[in-house]
Amino acid sequence: MIHSLFLINHSGDIFLEKHWKSVVSRSVCDYFFEARENAGSPENVPPVLQTPHHYLISIYRDRLFFLSAVQTEVPPLFVIEFLHRVAEMFQDYFGECSEVVIKDNVVIVYELLEEMLDNGFPLATESNVLKEMIRPPTILRSVVNTLTGGSYIGETLPMGQLSTIPWRRSGVKYTNNEAYFDVIEEIDAILDKSGTTVFAEIQGVIEACIKLSGMPDLTLSFMNPRLLDDVSFHPCVRFKRWESERVLSFIPPDGNFTLMTYHVSTQNLVAIPVYVKQSIGFFESGSCGRLDLTVGPKQTMGKTVEGMMITIHMPTAVLSANLTATQGSHTYNPITKVLVWDVGKLNPQKLPNLRGSLSLQSGAPKPEENPSLNINLKIQQLAISGIKVNRLDMYGEKYKPFKGVKYVTKAGRFQVRT
Amino acid sequence: MSTTALYNDQGGAEAAVEAGQEGTPASSGVGAGFGLFSTDFKKNDDLKEMLESNKESLKLEAMKRIVGLIAKGKNASELFPAVVKNVASKNIELKKLVYVYLVRYAEEQQDLALLSISTFQRALKDPNQLIRASALRVLSSIRVPIIVPIMMLAIKESATDLSPYVRKTSAHAIQKLFSLDPDQKEQLIEVIEKLLKDKSTLVAGSVVMAFEEVCPDRIDLIHKNYRKLCNLLVDVEEWGQVVIMSMLTRYARTQFTSPWKEGATFDENDKAFYDSDVEKDQAEAKPYTMDPDHRLLLRNTKPLLQSRNTAVVMSVAQLYWHLAPTSEVTVVTKSLVRLLRSHREVQYVVLQNIATMSIQRKGMFEPYMKSFYVRSTDATHIKTLKLEILTNLANEANISTILREFQTYVKSQDKAFAAATIQAIGRCATNITEVTDTCLNGLVLLLSNRDETVVAESVVVIKKLLQTQPTQHSDIIKHMAKLFDKITVAMARASIVWLIGEYCERVPKIAPDLLRKMAKSFTAEEDIVKLQTLNLGAKLYLTNPKQTKLLTQYILNLGKYDQNYDIRDRTRFIRQLIVPNEKSGALSKYARRILLASKPAPLLESAFKDRERFQLGTLSHSLNIKTTGYLELSDWPAVAPDQSVRNVEVIEPVKEWIPSVGKSKPAKSDDKFYSDSEGEREEEGGSGSRSGSSDSSSSSSSNSSEESGSEDESEEKSSSSSDESDRSSSQSGKSSSGSEADQKKKKKSKKAKPSTGNSDSDENGNDPVAQGSSSSEETSSDSESADESESEAQQKRSTSRSKPKVEAPPKKEVSLLDLDDLSPLPLTTSKSSVLSPSLLSDLEGLSLSNVSSTVQVNIPTFGPVKSHDLLHHMTGKGLSAQYHFPRRPCLYQASMVNVQITLTNSSDQALEEIHIKDWSPTNLNVHCFNTIVYPCSDSTKEDQFTVSIHPAVGELLLPTSLTEHDFQKEQGKLLGMNETSATITVATKNSSAQPLNKQILSVANLGEVRTGPSNIHRFAGRTVSSGALVLVSIEAKENSTASLVINTDKSVMASMLLRDLKQALSQA
Repeated sequence: MIHSLFLINHSGDIFLEKHWKSVVSRSVCDYFFEARENAGSPENVPPVLQTPHHYLISIYRDRLFFLSAVQTEVPPLFVIEFLHRVAEMFQDYFGECSEVVIKDNVVIVYELLEEMLDNGFPLATESNVLKEMIRPPTILRSVVNTLTGGSYIGETLPMGQLSTIPWRRSGVKYTNNEAYFDVIEEIDAILDKSGTTVFAEIQGVIEACIKLSGMPDLTLSFMNPRLLDDVSFHPCVRFKRWESERVLSFIPPDGNFTLMTYHVSTQNLVAIPVYVKQSIGFFESGSCGRLDLTVGPKQTMGKTVEGMMITIHMPTAVLSANLTATQGSHTYNPITKVLVWDVGKLNPQKLPNLRGSLSLQSGAPKPEENPSLNINLKIQQLAISGIKVNRLDMYGEKYKPFKGVKYVTKAGRFQVRT
Repeated sequence: MSTTALYNDQGGAEAAVEAGQEGTPASSGVGAGFGLFSTDFKKNDDLKEMLESNKESLKLEAMKRIVGLIAKGKNASELFPAVVKNVASKNIELKKLVYVYLVRYAEEQQDLALLSISTFQRALKDPNQLIRASALRVLSSIRVPIIVPIMMLAIKESATDLSPYVRKTSAHAIQKLFSLDPDQKEQLIEVIEKLLKDKSTLVAGSVVMAFEEVCPDRIDLIHKNYRKLCNLLVDVEEWGQVVIMSMLTRYARTQFTSPWKEGATFDENDKAFYDSDVEKDQAEAKPYTMDPDHRLLLRNTKPLLQSRNTAVVMSVAQLYWHLAPTSEVTVVTKSLVRLLRSHREVQYVVLQNIATMSIQRKGMFEPYMKSFYVRSTDATHIKTLKLEILTNLANEANISTILREFQTYVKSQDKAFAAATIQAIGRCATNITEVTDTCLNGLVLLLSNRDETVVAESVVVIKKLLQTQPTQHSDIIKHMAKLFDKITVAMARASIVWLIGEYCERVPKIAPDLLRKMAKSFTAEEDIVKLQTLNLGAKLYLTNPKQTKLLTQYILNLGKYDQNYDIRDRTRFIRQLIVPNEKSGALSKYARRILLASKPAPLLESAFKDRERFQLGTLSHSLNIKTTGYLELSDWPAVAPDQSVRNVEVIEPVKEWIPSVGKSKPAKSDDKFYSDSEGEREEEGGSGSRSGSSDSSSSSSSNSSEESGSEDESEEKSSSSSDESDRSSSQSGKSSSGSEADQKKKKKSKKAKPSTGNSDSDENGNDPVAQGSSSSEETSSDSESADESESEAQQKRSTSRSKPKVEAPPKKEVSLLDLDDLSPLPLTTSKSSVLSPSLLSDLEGLSLSNVSSTVQVNIPTFGPVKSHDLLHHMTGKGLSAQYHFPRRPCLYQASMVNVQITLTNSSDQALEEIHIKDWSPTNLNVHCFNTIVYPCSDSTKEDQFTVSIHPAVGELLLPTSLTEHDFQKEQGKLLGMNETSATITVATKNSSAQPLNKQILSVANLGEVRTGPSNIHRFAGRTVSSGALVLVSIEAKENSTASLVINTDKSVMASMLLRDLKQALSQA
């Protein structure tokens, strides 16, 4: 299975290595660096590579490469999924996953990696279990530890791993018992030049933040579960109940976790909340172009669109942009060739507009294709698919928890072709 | 770095060193490494000091810095002695860090690492399971060959630990030990076998992983655990699910028949197969019925499609793809498409797999076509894969949509992607004839594209397309000739030149002109263009020599002195071919046919076509090469292997199965075996003297029919006695032996006075063996004709005598087993309870002691008695029957083998009137079919079960005592054809003399020949029926092998015995 792990930063330095079997020389990464060079951008590096003695499986995330070396046949997704779990665990422990943070907490990182894999086979990947064995650093504790020379390692040994529900630790106690659910929906869409929908679908995820004492058994039901076409669950959800009654029945992990992700059936027409009127053009001569964008709300169910942002990857020939916006701010990065227009809140009365000219490299041919627009937005208090949580019941514990559900709609991979 | 900050706080001279170390970039080159080395060295000195100090905090600090060094990949090995001292520290964190260090460097410092071993050995006995587990983890991670035996011991011990977590760790340790020392394989397999039986979900994944790594070919270990694994699967942790599913995929491919095949041929095969075997399930004779186990696997994996773990979903998908009936594979589609929302790397792998799937099964993904539309922000490899899939999905109905989509892609800024799109268009054009023209026109339009790579790619694709339909489109060729001057990409130029050469007769004016241009620029062209120019010249020379002869010769002259040897070579070849001279004889006549032969159009197909050979979702599939450790997926077997191997006895507390005596042994072979022995017996009768020590029974049974009769009788008798004892013992154990009344009285009066009764009951022969094991709720019975001291008549008498005493407690109506032909008079049960339960238990104790003494008296040879299932309680509706071979000489007739049948009622109803009838007389002693009939009293229901007794060949022997000298003498007589030998592997457990003998004697009823201390063990016996001598000798050798020699003139028996012994010895 997984032989070794190398963490490589954006500039190609190996800043951490961990071996679960015999040591693999870090020179194996040279093959990776070669592929990295050939690929151009880091996203284009093939995730699976072959070298004479090892196979390299890597992920690129948060400007870091997680590179694992394996020696024998293993499902590549197995490794990829695990590496992402490692990255998520860092995120969970340190609040972010970056080179600086990992270097600062190298001992905890090492202990985590030691617990997560045994002989290259995942041992404990549940955040709840790991946190019992190795406590995450907090500001307070790191101060205390500095003064007293205390440790991050849990004094008591965890028992959670051994219970039937490995994702929940035992003996949880809160003074305020709360359960929050965020229903987050993302619209994936491709709109063509004229604004007609080429492709659109809704992906949803329910994030939960559960702070409940003891061993609560929760049941979450929906008003309209038929909307959900395809679902995937956290292991805590009892699949049989879902199959038969369409309710989510589970003993939750402690803290934050993703309860389920779902896909809304594509038969339902997806409401596209905004429209974009655009005209981008480059002139044959004079090495310049012009840009005129207007955005406006479309089907927003009476809610306001917030956090509107348009990102355009310009053709390489574009040197600079001279634009004026009626609302929000805009920046153009001439190195990455990315134009970002941060619109903010959409006002239906006064539609935001961005117009101006683009200057091209002199002598360069007119770009073949107009750049496509990537749109970000956020609508509070709305699940665009119309899904609604009906009720949340708790069994197994006596107290009355505070319950809350929040809906948000976001743009996922929302692209307008021009 | 927090450690640094912390360190600085403490303040010390080392701060500067630390800071210096900080300043160095992590990626130190070779030069920097040398510089660092000196600082490292100095620094390590102070680390050593810190480690040797008394303060825990200082030690901890030092260890943290050392771990930091390890993490950066720096060498900290010289600190080993200082670190290893702290392995026994009480501080958990310090201990953990020392473990980290140990695992990293133990391999390099083997001698010093041994110092730490005792600590782990102690920790292995710790009451805390986590400490035990972590000790085993570290111990097994220390790659020091010298501690292999210690590891082995620790693994074996931990495999039986009460804590599933420790057992899980031991499963991991198995793999570690195996990679350290592959010679331990056999022993490790034993541990794996044990762990496979584990019911904990925690263990399942890890042990299957170990199985996959150590012995993936030992599929026989899975049989018994198959159903359990299927049922546990949902609750196993995610990573284990992946491993188990991939193993089960391989397993299912070897054990079930293909669900894809339909039709007559399969049907016929089935019939032919089943005609010979009556016992098989009738349901299977139909065209195709899925094995219920196959269905079980598919049903239990389906919910896992909803897993959040992408690897699990992919695993289910591949399992369905390789195992499910064609109509059911589609259930995975939705989930696979869902994975496309996941991380880029996940997308990449999933798309690769979808690409392979979509070649074979367009329909699966067609409804989700739009999910494969390319976004400008996708990574290049994702884009190409999506394109690949879209191309695979293209058909007449959706091609227009796809082409419209492709049009946007062609304009992409990513030129490599645009080029790939053009190729995709080309593929669509060849696959779907309706759109060929549209595509061609579109591609021609692209020829005016500004981007060179796009144009070049278009030219190449057009060339391929034109080849498929060259008759039309001469205008396109002309258009391309016009473009020629503008195009600079070599491949495109070469394509145009080739195209014009190939169709020069269609463009008679343009072709020579192009050649003229080429002749002018020949020296400046790329090699590939030069080669094509030579081809063009040669073709024109043949078709239009008037205009081009000189031009061609000019080009040939240029080519003759080219720098590239390929071109010089080609030049020489073409010159010889087309320019006739005296040397080039026959070949130039055919020049035209050679050069202007019509060429087959290139087949444009998916690059993923050849990936089908790999199992989906594997690394091999992803890389399209066979990776190390890749396990091939076998083809479906034409005929399913025996499915009963997966049957697991659920109720029985002790599972004793003898695979070799299962259903798989067909009746035919038994018959043959018997007839063989018959034939030989006659021979033997002729020679007579050879088996001088043959006992009276074999000599008396001069003709086979007589013997068969006697065998029959023995069977009958055994059952009659069984019926009798059944009656007696089942009546709450009131009478432990069904013969003598006075003895019974004695027992009744002296409740717990076994000693006197024992010998009596031995003589009388009826041992209530089963009573000890059967609970009081069960009506149990047993019979032994073996120790029947009385004749048949006597027995009848005893049966009738015991009848009046037959009594049953009111609730437990006990049935009488009676034999129609032996006791035709109707038997009735009188109901009056005499015995109290306490008496019953007393008698149970009594009977138990009876057994032990009997064993001592009657059986000199060792014989752990294995019982075989005759009738399972599920099929028998509560009635179960077991039989075993008690291995006692049959006193009724010497040529008989005793069979003891135990009947158990596990239902809550009373069963009455159990008969055994319908012998199948042709099968004689070897094979007999019994039918057990019992009508239920309350429902007056009558059930009938056909059962059969399979005697293991080893049970058909009688032990014989021989001296070593006699043994060798006899062995000398039985050489050549009469000798069967084999080298077998012996499980390590069996390698020593004691268990070896035990194993052999458990398989075959033989007598051990006393020999001096040597490696050779000898056993002797005679066949019960004919008294032919059977000599077995086994010589233990190194590497846990042994050579086994069997000398007997019953060669069939010898080979069967050999097989049984081999199996018994190789197993634990």
